[in-house]
Amino acid sequence: MAEVVIKVEGLCKKYRLGVIGTGMLSKDLNIYWAKLRGKPHPYAKIDGDPKSFEEGDFWALKDLNFEVNQGEVLGIVGSNGAGKSTLLKILSRVTTPTLGEIKLDGRMASLLEVGTGFHPELTGRENIFLNGAILGMTKQEIRSKLDEIIAFSGVEQHIDTPVKRYSSGMYVRLAFAVAAHLEPEILVVDEVLAVGDADFQKKCLGKMRDVSRNDGRTVLFVSHSLQAVKNLCDRALWLDQGRLMDMGEVTNVVNQYASNKKALQWLKEFSGPDEAIGNQWAKVKKAQIIPQLSSPDEIFDIRTPIKVVFQFWNLQDAVRLSVELAVYAYGGECIFVVPSASAVYQKGLIHSECMIPGNLLNNGSYFISLYVVKDTTTTLFEWHECLSFDLEDYRGEIQWYGKWHGAVRPKLPFVVKPIEEHGFNLKGEI
Amino acid sequence: MQQEDKKKWSLIIKPKASWFDLNLHDLWRYRDLLFMFVRRDFVSAYKQTILGPLWYLIQPLLTTIMFIVVFDKVAEIPTDGAPPALFYLSGLVIWNYFAACLNKTSVTFTANASIFGKVYFPRLIMPLSNVVSALIGFGIQLALLFVLLVYFQVFLEVPFYFNGYLALMPLLLLLVAALGLGFGIIISSLTTKYRDLALLVGFGTQLLMFATPVIYPLSFFEGKYKTFMLANPLTPIIELFRYSILGVGDFNMTYLTYSICFTLMALAIGVLIFNKIEKSFMDVI
Repeated sequence: MAEVVIKVEGLCKKYRLGVIGTGMLSKDLNIYWAKLRGKPHPYAKIDGDPKSFEEGDFWALKDLNFEVNQGEVLGIVGSNGAGKSTLLKILSRVTTPTLGEIKLDGRMASLLEVGTGFHPELTGRENIFLNGAILGMTKQEIRSKLDEIIAFSGVEQHIDTPVKRYSSGMYVRLAFAVAAHLEPEILVVDEVLAVGDADFQKKCLGKMRDVSRNDGRTVLFVSHSLQAVKNLCDRALWLDQGRLMDMGEVTNVVNQYASNKKALQWLKEFSGPDEAIGNQWAKVKKAQIIPQLSSPDEIFDIRTPIKVVFQFWNLQDAVRLSVELAVYAYGGECIFVVPSASAVYQKGLIHSECMIPGNLLNNGSYFISLYVVKDTTTTLFEWHECLSFDLEDYRGEIQWYGKWHGAVRPKLPFVVKPIEEHGFNLKGEI
Repeated sequence: MQQEDKKKWSLIIKPKASWFDLNLHDLWRYRDLLFMFVRRDFVSAYKQTILGPLWYLIQPLLTTIMFIVVFDKVAEIPTDGAPPALFYLSGLVIWNYFAACLNKTSVTFTANASIFGKVYFPRLIMPLSNVVSALIGFGIQLALLFVLLVYFQVFLEVPFYFNGYLALMPLLLLLVAALGLGFGIIISSLTTKYRDLALLVGFGTQLLMFATPVIYPLSFFEGKYKTFMLANPLTPIIELFRYSILGVGDFNMTYLTYSICFTLMALAIGVLIFNKIEKSFMDVI
């Protein structure tokens, strides 16, 4: 019978939204003064209720209860904003819960970031000590593991060079080497493995697995990569909007999470114009993402073409309309905008569809925004970030697993071939 | 169920601890970190510029010269009979240490938000390390003062006045550090809610110097002005420091006792507020 080492009971976290104070004493006094005189809020948003002084609450975590046994590797999955980071922050004691408590048995260390507190002017060796101490090691402990850490990082030759001269890879390797030698009984890891080259990633994953299997340590692991969670974890916990949706054997939970996510984010549908969102010119019937997979077992990744369907009720007669599709990256930058051809339509339901080809977008999370445009110039209706989807990575024969840069990852014809040259060979002999 | 709850947990993360849950045990456990931070400050100050450490000398020297010109030569404010250069510099050495402690610790939360947001350690380690690092600058300036003392002794034949009160030096230093730390962490806690308070601090420290006997002796004041000057807990400290090395100053044990009480109060309030804020500030900043 394994021992329970983490016990989460009724954990809630509330954030206050809106006016938590403006951060300026002068402005807060100004607001207070306006309130006294019954004047509108001086810093209210234009589109907000100008009389409102109320602050909204946002529950990032709602009544979480779970237990983790010793030696377990628990993966935490959930879409953005599900409360994963909040949970980790509370576990790491960076912030406190609003209600409930977490009981821990054993020394805990958390890695929300590698290399926290690294100072560029200090040498690698000095940074090992500094970073180790920040993570909770004593000088003695660090000294006894120093050789191991240096060897693990693979930057022996540069260990007495200031880290500002390190390449980013060396920097991360050194930082992870320190973290990997923490040897806590409970380790909380955020998505820190997304950095570094493939060899090093493998080394880190291996180290994490060893830590739990051989030494009976407990690991909590958060990742967007469902693959990594499946590979590394025994059990998984699925969070959605601050609630615990499911917890159990990793494959089950991850699969459930993945299918649920699709259903929610790939389709928005309304039964009639009355309850649909929209305005006096257009009402939405349906917006949907349909990945063009040849079989249901196929993985939806960067190679998959995506059909976007948009149906709406046009509420005007004889109007020249076109539809626009915009794809945004998770960070908010627009990847591209595609307009349809314009044509004159009468009142009624209009169907539009657009195909985003496979091998175009890079892996990552994307939002789709849809627009109805009149006379190619006036936007009648815009539906911002109505759909979203995640593209899984696919590397094929490429053995490198670092972050693939770029907003897009198009597959372009690339010709590489040897050229016959006469009278010259590479040995330099004519 | 009840049985299981009796299990010993090594750590319980709870919503809000009481005001007095200071967790000093944790602070002690992380003491190595304090010295790592001091070392970091020390090394980075020296590596970045050649002017870095030199600045500790240039600033008090130029200020002393300016004070001599303005307050001694032009305004002819007395210096209790001590050589003006020594009088001003001795005041400045203490004042600068106080100002350094205050300025550095007053931005604890805002300047370290990125580290605080990623990893837990007792937050009090940070301002404590600032106070210790500021000793570097203080040491350099103190050395400068003693060089000047020797110079005056050898070349200008101003005799040494060193007396037994010099033994109180560590206490004075501790008081200045505690006072700077106390006010600093109060301010740093308040600035998490009100950023513009940080602007007031820079301005406020400048003004406070004029309520401290740095450029004039306490004996220069009488009546309510003297009371006003004495309300400043730094006043007895500087006066005592001067007395111990220059043999001039208006000082008695009552003043010092007041200073000690005030400092302890400021520190206690600071630690309590800081402790309260450190748990919630990540959600606000």
